[in-house]
Amino acid sequence: MTTLEQAAAEGTRTRTSKRPVWMERPNPILQVIKFIALLISAVLVILPFWSVLATSFADRQTLNNAAGGMVMWPGRTLSLDAYKAVLSGGVVTRALVISIGITFVGTILSLAATAGLAYWLSRSRSFAAKPILLLVLGAVLFSPGLIPSYLLVKQLNLLDNWWSLILPVLVNAFNVIVMRAFFQELPAELFESAAIDGASSLTILTRIVLPLSKAVLAVIGLFYAVAYWNAFFNALIYIQTADKWPMALVLRTYVVNQTSIGGEDIGSSAGLPPQLSMEMAILVIAILPIMIVYPFIQKHFAKGVMIGAVKG
Amino acid sequence: MSQSSLTRPVGEAVTTASSAEAAKGHRHGTRLQRLSRDKLLIGIGLPGAIALVLFQYVPLLGNVIAFQNYQPYLGITEAPFIGLQNFSFLWGGNPTFYNALLNTLILTIIQTVLVFPVPLVLALLLSSLAGERLKRLLQSILYMPHFLSWVIVVALFQQMLGNAGMLNTFLIQHGLPQFHIIGVPDLFRVLITTQAIWKDAGWGTIIFLAAISQIDQEQYEAAAVDGANSWRRLWHITLPSLKGLFILLLILRLGNSLNVGFEQIILQQGPVGLQASEVLDTWVFNNGIIGGNWGMAAGVGLVKMVVGIGLVIGANKLAHIFGERGVYEK
Repeated sequence: MTTLEQAAAEGTRTRTSKRPVWMERPNPILQVIKFIALLISAVLVILPFWSVLATSFADRQTLNNAAGGMVMWPGRTLSLDAYKAVLSGGVVTRALVISIGITFVGTILSLAATAGLAYWLSRSRSFAAKPILLLVLGAVLFSPGLIPSYLLVKQLNLLDNWWSLILPVLVNAFNVIVMRAFFQELPAELFESAAIDGASSLTILTRIVLPLSKAVLAVIGLFYAVAYWNAFFNALIYIQTADKWPMALVLRTYVVNQTSIGGEDIGSSAGLPPQLSMEMAILVIAILPIMIVYPFIQKHFAKGVMIGAVKG
Repeated sequence: MSQSSLTRPVGEAVTTASSAEAAKGHRHGTRLQRLSRDKLLIGIGLPGAIALVLFQYVPLLGNVIAFQNYQPYLGITEAPFIGLQNFSFLWGGNPTFYNALLNTLILTIIQTVLVFPVPLVLALLLSSLAGERLKRLLQSILYMPHFLSWVIVVALFQQMLGNAGMLNTFLIQHGLPQFHIIGVPDLFRVLITTQAIWKDAGWGTIIFLAAISQIDQEQYEAAAVDGANSWRRLWHITLPSLKGLFILLLILRLGNSLNVGFEQIILQQGPVGLQASEVLDTWVFNNGIIGGNWGMAAGVGLVKMVVGIGLVIGANKLAHIFGERGVYEK
């Protein structure tokens, strides 16, 4: 944003009211009621996070005072014992590394495959673009079903293999359509002049299309990353060995099903912190990456990339 | 999930329009010439296309086991064909299947009635609130749960409402009667519905807010000049303008009505039991992958897929009858 634009934006923001002349002054009582209704919704969203965070930092004393339940305030001193315990090696640490790896590799491959396919389909005169596009649209409308997908993964010898968490979800058809629509919006003159200068399709893609599509690449990349990080279903059916579990399965076992976390699970036998604070620490670790990327996703909404796709 | 389906129609409309334009524009050379000219382009796009075909379309072949007595050690090629025996759940009176079907339909109805309108109400509240910055902050908070996985959402609900959760700890400390909702079969549907609202209602406002921002402001001005107060403007301008979108979303929901949240339910089946919690997707999982009844599970999955596609097509017909555009055009 240039300084001029910034000044303009601030100018509109500092204006006291955007209310058009014909609109009556908002009824203060009604505004307060609406605000309270929305505030309650927002508190209902935030409260669980806050409580989980507080409990993960609470020491044994504070938890005992709360009869072993959740707390809203971690006590006088923040205790990092729960984090130290679950991150000291063992099942949680391993799952964290696995999830980060799958998310990282998966997002890069997904983005490359999606951008490549979208690019092929966006060049209107390209070979076979039409039938492939129909296949993509069909893939948006239905999914092949649990048993057949499982049999295919089994047939490909991918069971209990991390690739089973990446390859079946490598290309999301809807993302292809969004990206293709974005590529088609790029001015045709750019392509023509590059082609006249002798640029190959690959050069046009890497030197013109991708640099102009940073926003859409960022948004779709973040969506893929969130999906890989959150993936539970595929991990549940394809990954059998506990040593290969990603975070989602660790969460299910230790936090949802509340299997107790023993010293041998986390590789530190001496003086375990309370179960509850370790569970909450695992939960915080699983939520944290989403919280970190969320503002970036938000920023791109604000820019209207996704809204634009919604409105068409 | 349902949100991404909401965004489908428009993207598609855009693409079909532009590819139609392109098709009548130019047609250079023969197929072979175009193939050789575009080989680099195809090379760039092919990995994605192969992945899509391999994991979306090739599995359809696996549905053949719905007509076989499939055993994993035999494999698809060796398993004997047994006709329609696996589809006996349709007429044979299979109680667990009927239970799953019934639960699915009840949950769909509850979610359509209770979950579906919440985003509209939230969006109307948000859009009528004065103060841009406050509005944006509230939006940021309300969208957020959409990005969490079901494992996290279920865990958060347990910690808040579970027997040792925050609410009950608070109630015990203050000598009040406890409130149990987690792990209670009778309240399972209430729990599922509450979770669905908590996770996705905020996110669902996006499409309504976008539609509200598209309404022509001059209509409001004209109505105000004619003496319509803000309630009347809401009733006579805002709501009618959103009617089309609402019907479209409702129809899409109808097309999706056999899917009621596999991950959410499978995570919480343990304590409440199958009678209360089994739905079609979990039935397929529990009987097929866990129970080894491969053929029948594939049969249920196949019927569900066919009915699902039928519902989408039917829902689109309905949309066209209502004069809406639907997911795809005729």
